[in-house]
Amino acid sequence: MMNSNAPSSSSGAAASTDSSAPRRNSKRPKYSRFTQQELPACKPILTPRWVISAFMLVSIVFIPIGVASLFASRDVVEIVNRYETDCIPQPSRSDKVKYIQSSEDKTCNRTLRVPKHMKQPIYVYYQLDNFYQNHRRYVKSRSDEQLKNSNSESDTSSCKPEGTIANGSSIVPCGLIAWSLFNDTYSFSRNNQQLTVNKKGISWKSDREHKFGKDVYPKNFQNGAIRGGANLTTSIALSEQEDLIVWMRTAALPTFRKLYGKIEVDLQENEIIEVTLQNNYNTYSFNGKKKLVLSTTTWLGGKNDFLGIAYLTVGGLCFFLAMAFTIVYLVKPRRLGDPSYLSWNRNPGGH
Amino acid sequence: MSAMKRYIYINDDELSQNLYCDNRISNKKYTILNFLPKNLWEQFSRFMNQYFLLIACLQLWSLITPVNPATTWGPLIIIFAISATKEAWDDYNRYLSDKKANEKDVWVVKQGIKKHIQAQDIRVGNIVWLRENVEVPCDLVLIGTSDPQGLCYVETAALDGETDLKTRVIPSACVGIDFELLHKIKGVIECPNPDKDIRRLDANLRLFPPFIDNDVCSLTIKNTILQSCYLRNTEWACGVAVYTGNETKLGMSRGVPEPKLTAVDATIDKLTGAIFIFQIVVVIVLGIAGNVWKDTEARKQWYVQYPNEVSWHELLVIPLRFELLCSIMIPISVKVSLDLVKSLYAKFIDWDSEMIDLETGTPALAANTAISEDLGQVEYIMTDKTGTLTENRMIFKRCCISGRFYGNESGDALKDVELVNAVASGSPDVIRFLTVMAICNTVIPIRSKSGSISYKAQSQDEEALVRAAACLHMVFVNKSADILEINLNGAIVQFDVLDTLEFTSDRKRMSVVVKDCKSGKIVLLSKGADEALLPCAHTGQQMRTFAEAVEQYAQLGLRTLCLAWRELEEDEYREWSLTFRDANSSLVDREWRVAEVCQRLEHDFEILGVAAIEDRLQDGVPETIKALRQAGINFWMLTGDKQNTAVQIALSCNFVSPEPKGQLLLINGKTEDEVCSSLEKVLLTMRTTNSEPKDVAFAIDGWALEIALKHYKKAITELALLSRTAICCRVTPSQKAQLVELVKSCDYKTLAIGDGGNDVRMIQEADIGVGISGREGLQAARAADYSIGKFRFLKRLILVHGRYSYNRTAFLSQYSFYKSLLICFIQIFFSFISGISGTSLFNSVSLMAYNVFYTSIPVLVSVLDKDLSETTVMQHPQILFYCQAGRLLNPSTFAGWFGRSLFHAIVVFVITIRVYAFERSDMEEMSMVALSGCIWLQAFVVALETNSFTVLQHLAIWGNLAGFYFINWIVSAFPSLGMHTIMFRLCRQRCYWATMLLIVAVGMGPVLALKYFRYTYRPSKINILQQAERLGGPILSLGNIEPQPRLLEKDVTPSSGTQPKNRNPIYEPLLSDSSNATGRSFGSGTPFDFFQSQSRLSSSYYRNCKDT
Repeated sequence: MMNSNAPSSSSGAAASTDSSAPRRNSKRPKYSRFTQQELPACKPILTPRWVISAFMLVSIVFIPIGVASLFASRDVVEIVNRYETDCIPQPSRSDKVKYIQSSEDKTCNRTLRVPKHMKQPIYVYYQLDNFYQNHRRYVKSRSDEQLKNSNSESDTSSCKPEGTIANGSSIVPCGLIAWSLFNDTYSFSRNNQQLTVNKKGISWKSDREHKFGKDVYPKNFQNGAIRGGANLTTSIALSEQEDLIVWMRTAALPTFRKLYGKIEVDLQENEIIEVTLQNNYNTYSFNGKKKLVLSTTTWLGGKNDFLGIAYLTVGGLCFFLAMAFTIVYLVKPRRLGDPSYLSWNRNPGGH
Repeated sequence: MSAMKRYIYINDDELSQNLYCDNRISNKKYTILNFLPKNLWEQFSRFMNQYFLLIACLQLWSLITPVNPATTWGPLIIIFAISATKEAWDDYNRYLSDKKANEKDVWVVKQGIKKHIQAQDIRVGNIVWLRENVEVPCDLVLIGTSDPQGLCYVETAALDGETDLKTRVIPSACVGIDFELLHKIKGVIECPNPDKDIRRLDANLRLFPPFIDNDVCSLTIKNTILQSCYLRNTEWACGVAVYTGNETKLGMSRGVPEPKLTAVDATIDKLTGAIFIFQIVVVIVLGIAGNVWKDTEARKQWYVQYPNEVSWHELLVIPLRFELLCSIMIPISVKVSLDLVKSLYAKFIDWDSEMIDLETGTPALAANTAISEDLGQVEYIMTDKTGTLTENRMIFKRCCISGRFYGNESGDALKDVELVNAVASGSPDVIRFLTVMAICNTVIPIRSKSGSISYKAQSQDEEALVRAAACLHMVFVNKSADILEINLNGAIVQFDVLDTLEFTSDRKRMSVVVKDCKSGKIVLLSKGADEALLPCAHTGQQMRTFAEAVEQYAQLGLRTLCLAWRELEEDEYREWSLTFRDANSSLVDREWRVAEVCQRLEHDFEILGVAAIEDRLQDGVPETIKALRQAGINFWMLTGDKQNTAVQIALSCNFVSPEPKGQLLLINGKTEDEVCSSLEKVLLTMRTTNSEPKDVAFAIDGWALEIALKHYKKAITELALLSRTAICCRVTPSQKAQLVELVKSCDYKTLAIGDGGNDVRMIQEADIGVGISGREGLQAARAADYSIGKFRFLKRLILVHGRYSYNRTAFLSQYSFYKSLLICFIQIFFSFISGISGTSLFNSVSLMAYNVFYTSIPVLVSVLDKDLSETTVMQHPQILFYCQAGRLLNPSTFAGWFGRSLFHAIVVFVITIRVYAFERSDMEEMSMVALSGCIWLQAFVVALETNSFTVLQHLAIWGNLAGFYFINWIVSAFPSLGMHTIMFRLCRQRCYWATMLLIVAVGMGPVLALKYFRYTYRPSKINILQQAERLGGPILSLGNIEPQPRLLEKDVTPSSGTQPKNRNPIYEPLLSDSSNATGRSFGSGTPFDFFQSQSRLSSSYYRNCKDT
């Protein structure tokens, strides 16, 4: 940059400027629409017609979708049964944590009434509230390597504090997530007849095949100082432990449902379903709720009114806006691009 | 005092050998060894880089890092490598050009023998020999030349930009030393330490015996030839090196150019700082909340297994985690994106076919790729005159000889048949006129080998006159010693020059006394300004026609010279010449006494006529200045030329308006008091005429400026701010730079434009330096940030390129913050439902790709966006105000983007967690839903903010959206990348697509509605022009409506809140509308407009505070 004294400075020497002229000519840029910033362009502007029809279009599309998804959501039959308090015998309710940590028999019977005809498959979920599966300490405490490969058994560095047992040998599956595996169990019966809950195929196929090894078996699991949740059968490979696989797909919200199984028969309206559950899992220390959920599904998934309502609201608002803009446009038309709005036309600047 | 001086022993190899530096020129910034540390140090002195380094280091601590450290380290290393490579390449080029200069061969006397050595080996005290047309390698004191009288001619264009030849003489002590003895000369030169004043040298020379007795001989700048000058018309010259290497006058005046930072960059840095503070606040709040939650809630969450006793540093873990989580608030990509688009802006300037000078084929060149936005924010333009505004080509156009006008019909006297005939017929008046034209000057004719004659003149006017005379068959052929030869119609006439009464700016005339060798008559020939010559005419002569001629020519913008003559009696001359010689050798008040003596001879003239010379303005100069002044830019003319010429040019190029519309105030004076009172007077006039719609300009000359800058800095600063126009004459290069600095210090964006070496300092000092690659060489063009072929391209450079660059950067930088804030807000919201533990919702791959790929490509093509077409902008230069005032990038627009990102984050987050609730709440799925929500929104945001869609923009915006899915499908195919099969699953869900549609509608609906409402009912000037342009309204033809009668102005309601003129009336450089600005009531302005003008008001307020 600072060449003011460079020897090549041919300043003033007429001969050298002449000789450099043709060279500079050749430097002349090639003309192209891109280099001249003259690419053909479409320049939309927000005319009233355009904006009003856009809002109108949105409302026309959104309202039917909203209605459809609201209907879909209403079609879903859902039975929710909260049981964490009811399943504790009256005398123990003053200290629930003590009860849940004791070794008493915690069998509990619940009765569900089917409000409407439920078509199979009926999904059985357990729902936990106020359970932070997304807590940073928790969500990181796993070893995907260990779950997949039998020879990375010792890869437990990320699993603290549930990486190894006292003698230093690794826990498989290690980490807080696996350690805190949900261990309430449910069995259903209808008219004293056992309803089978299919627990096969409740986890993602891709998880079974790629994330959990077929030759990885539980080891030292729940052998640590404190016992967490469920135990695992050491003879079954991790890829078959579907409850674990489901549990290991951590939820992003503190309230979540996880699939427990599927009931593959229809349930009739007003049928009574007896549930025998083992209330083992401790949600009492943090006042977490436990719910048992039976639900059918539709084309849009489970019961969720949010989408339908949101679509209807947006559609309605857009319709309202379109109307408002139309009225304003008709009442107070305004010429676009009126030069009289340019202040320097009223008031010449710079002179 | 001795410390301030250096003693140079001439031709003495032992003494003073190593006291001073050698002649090695070095412009390098780095050496190989210090490159890495120095460059890294420089890069890390920027706040943003320190910040990213800190973040990157923190990420190495796995306990707190939410994502893989590579997400920060990778981009960081790439950014640093790119910057360092660029610096290294620049420095290498500097090294090469230095090397070329340093290794040039020169003749130097060493140990009494003339030797060929490299220029870098010259030491102070060496005798250097130069041949004709050679560049001077260092500052020399002349001791001998080929001319018997010790004269030599140098071209100083590279130094001060003046193309005429200057005479230099050897000091009196060296006169008559034989050529053979020159390299045996010994002596001592006492001279001051190196400084940068190229017009001054106060030194003494004392030669040692046997050359001359011990008399001290004083040296002035006339006895020196300085580095980078060229020796011309002199066979050889030799001199003693007094200043070498970087200590030469040129080297000293070469400031180290500071890397320029644009106003936009500064704003971005400030906004970054604000975001950083915001981030710290968020981190502290969340950190405290996180620790509280941990101690109250998390202890109960048995499955988290918090240890019961923790060390104190655990308290820091959660805040630090949040710091890392929020670190994406400041987008690491913004610097890279900006560098990329800035180099593209520069390329657009280089490529612009409308800025090619067709005469020479010179395209515009952007040497500095980093400051295009500043072009759009220029507030002051400091321009050189000669060669910048004018073509620097004087041409004799018309004349009036004894009452007859020549050249009035054709516009060119040389083609006027009557004049040609008059010459041919030998009309005595005309011949005498031509004789004065041909020989009343200091021109040197040079006969080339082919026989053609070229002229070298100190003044371009003289050259023009001599050339014109030659065209009229009065050819000035030769000048040898004091004998001039003239070829008149083939006959040689000889004159003996007896005396030359030199031009001074006080006398405003110059004369020569010549003796016609044939007739022996002694004649006084004189030429000069009309006011200097006409009063000296003899009493009988009728002056009216001449006065009329002068008036007429001046109105045409021509420079006029009156030519006069008087025959002298032999005795009168002899008597006078004695007093003249006397005065010339006087030591006190020489200039005054000489003038006084000259006066005694210059009277009773017979006025021969008036010659009119044109220094043609470059094409389109008045239009360019008019348009740029409409755009609210103030013009200052800084010229080394004399005041009259400068004012005349200023008048002819719309610079100042003639009376009565404009008023030109003069500041002059030779002493402090005079300057002070003059300054006060002008200030007073300025303040009072402030409210009148009048073009007030001030003119100041170099001497007064020197005093004013030294003693009355405050007054001159205020004056600078008050006046839209100023003319500074006879200013030195460093004064030009000082003036630029003065305006810059008031926080105005300055652009300096010039073409000569004398403009280099000012060009480097200004925020933006523009060089004209013109006749005065390429010095200025090389030092400048931009070089253009002609002054008129400045309009396009500023209005088109500067404006687009500013608009684009404003969008791009704010958008970068918007997208980073968007994803960061989602992370923050997520932390509230994840136990404030600092969990990242998004995985490392997504976070890195979000900034690098998904969101940067669409916005990069915004460099093709044009809000208004080039034609519209050129027709309505006022629209530049939006850029100047920083309307598109300031805290309030930024607040808009901040609010938008917050709103969009809420939309994405709430919709995602409500739709993906319960059985769908898998974290990997949900993070992808939220991420795709962001991507969809940003595609629509870019689309909404784009003004003109080219194919490339469609491709980038919608292609990027497709690319997002494509990339994620690929990533989903690999089990190890943390989102195995997720994208396939999502794309199969109807609910996912419904969510995307909902996010877009909820996110964009209000934005669109608001934009439409503003666009239609509260349109900015840009919007109006857009509408007019695209709906084909009548506005495009309205360019000529602007100069409306001023009557209208009074009817206008004072709603002109958005006018560029609402600065504080005291410091109101834009005079015309200040009456409106002061009389403006806030109430009647529309609220939106008022809001917009806020930033400007506050900034001017700030300025006032600073100045007082």
